[in-house]
Amino acid sequence: MTLVVFVLASIMVLGGGVGVVIMRNPVHAALSLVLTLFGVAVHFVAMEAHFLAAVQVIVYAGAIVVLFLFVLMLLGVDKVENLRIEPLAVQRPLAAVMGMALVGLIVAAVIDTRDAVLTGVGGGIDVAANTALAEEVGGHDANIRQLSDNLFSQYVFAFELTSVLLVVAVAATVLMTRKLPDRPDDGGGGE
Amino acid sequence: MTILAIDPLLDGDLLWTPIIIVALKVLVIFVVGLVGTMFMVWFERKMIAGMQNRVGPNKAGPFGMLQTLADGMKLIFKEGFVPDRADSLVYRLAPFLAFVPAFLVWSVLPLGGDFRDGNGGVVTWFGEETRVQLADPPVGILLVLALSSIAVYGIMLAGWSSGSKYPLLGAVRATAQMVSYEAALGLSLAAVLLAAGTLSTSGIVGAQSSLSDWHIVATGVLPFVIFMIAATAELNRPPFDLVEAEQELVGGFNTEYSAFRFALFFLAEFMNVITMSAVIVTLFLGGPQPIRFGDTTLDIPLINNGLEGTIWFLLKVFVFLYVYVWLRGTLPRLRYDQLMDFGWKVLIPVSLGWFLLLAALRVGDGQDWNAVAVTAVSLGVFAVSYLLFAAATRASERNREGATS
Repeated sequence: MTLVVFVLASIMVLGGGVGVVIMRNPVHAALSLVLTLFGVAVHFVAMEAHFLAAVQVIVYAGAIVVLFLFVLMLLGVDKVENLRIEPLAVQRPLAAVMGMALVGLIVAAVIDTRDAVLTGVGGGIDVAANTALAEEVGGHDANIRQLSDNLFSQYVFAFELTSVLLVVAVAATVLMTRKLPDRPDDGGGGE
Repeated sequence: MTILAIDPLLDGDLLWTPIIIVALKVLVIFVVGLVGTMFMVWFERKMIAGMQNRVGPNKAGPFGMLQTLADGMKLIFKEGFVPDRADSLVYRLAPFLAFVPAFLVWSVLPLGGDFRDGNGGVVTWFGEETRVQLADPPVGILLVLALSSIAVYGIMLAGWSSGSKYPLLGAVRATAQMVSYEAALGLSLAAVLLAAGTLSTSGIVGAQSSLSDWHIVATGVLPFVIFMIAATAELNRPPFDLVEAEQELVGGFNTEYSAFRFALFFLAEFMNVITMSAVIVTLFLGGPQPIRFGDTTLDIPLINNGLEGTIWFLLKVFVFLYVYVWLRGTLPRLRYDQLMDFGWKVLIPVSLGWFLLLAALRVGDGQDWNAVAVTAVSLGVFAVSYLLFAAATRASERNREGATS
């Protein structure tokens, strides 16, 4: 059962990922991204991270991709584009190099830690088979309790700094889109 | 296997009886959902007719109750065509994206069961202990939020894929509106979670055993009001129905839809009204819990407690169904800038402030602080933030006027 779920979710993630790259219509690409995000959410559920799964769907699928689509529709760039025109010449080779580098990095990390991750029954991420552990972490709100414990004790500064970063980003966006009265040109628009 | 829901029914080996019970639950929810939607359409038409001094549907069946069935049959047998400029795949997909989330929310709502005396909603059917809800996942109510944020895809993609300008305008309005009001919805929901101390829906209902524990009282009414308003906006119901403002947009996001696909949108819309009412009842009014003051319980005689839960739940949902129809019959539609101002400048700050006040009171409770002092300090902080906020709004208005002149 776990294997079936893993395979299906992985098909969703990979299929969506390939779709994002090969779809020619930006809206279809964004929808493929939603498929990938859902696949990741299924993976989270399979790993007992229910809260992360819910947040994944609410934040990424429910808000971020919706904003992507919103901007696509509002700016009217939701048409198939001619891919032969290339505004930045180095862009594509650079993307290929970066992609290969990322794959290499992930493979290296997996090889490096293949002994560290417990993959047997009752170890590592599979808490369901370990009754004592499942008792402890399998409770209804254990997930969110543990997360908040980490967030508000060990990582509280990182957490608060992130919120500062967000406020700065919002303020900067407002400033960039603002049409200041004393400027003769129309101020330009951020997206 | 804890991927499945945490339900006493599913503990141990899977036998035939539990599987049949789960299948029955799915079937019952599906059928009741569809019949309930049929009823809701009729109820709304009849009520609105009454409020506007008309007769309403009165030909098909007793009191015109079968009118919806007749309309539905007609829509199903009509030819469904795809406009020339439509994006055919997304155009076909969109109605289902609107319809499926509306149904899925039902799987986490406790629709009945015995929550008295710490029973936790567990009932016994055919010798098996179970809950009167399809699934009770650990993140329960977050699933409702997730599904309501997924529901926007149906409307948005329907409008975009139609390849026509009015649906696109409707879709853009819908997206902006639903994303804006989702924040207020989530913040007022957080107040409930603070009071309940759990995310699971059965836990939230279990925490509301007497009238003073109902979250509408325990969180101080304001989150309830905000949730109700934000939910109305999420549902695209009047006075927030700019998405399908007929006078401006022909029909809104579904202008180009016909036949079965239109029926699916229609169904999803009315089902969402019932779903949202059920969510409000679950969160704020104790769901299937009977009304109880102190030690006296308003018990319905001769009916066992499990079934009685369902009756209480339905009664409470009915109140909200009526309120939604009432709102539609009473309030005129907002202008778009009023809608956005109201969402961002009133609902979100107020719900955030109220949530912080509740959190402060709760912390104070644990630390033996004086509740009056905590409230006074919080109100002082709110007053300062309000003044800052008002100054910011004035400055932005001045800038805007300066830019346009």
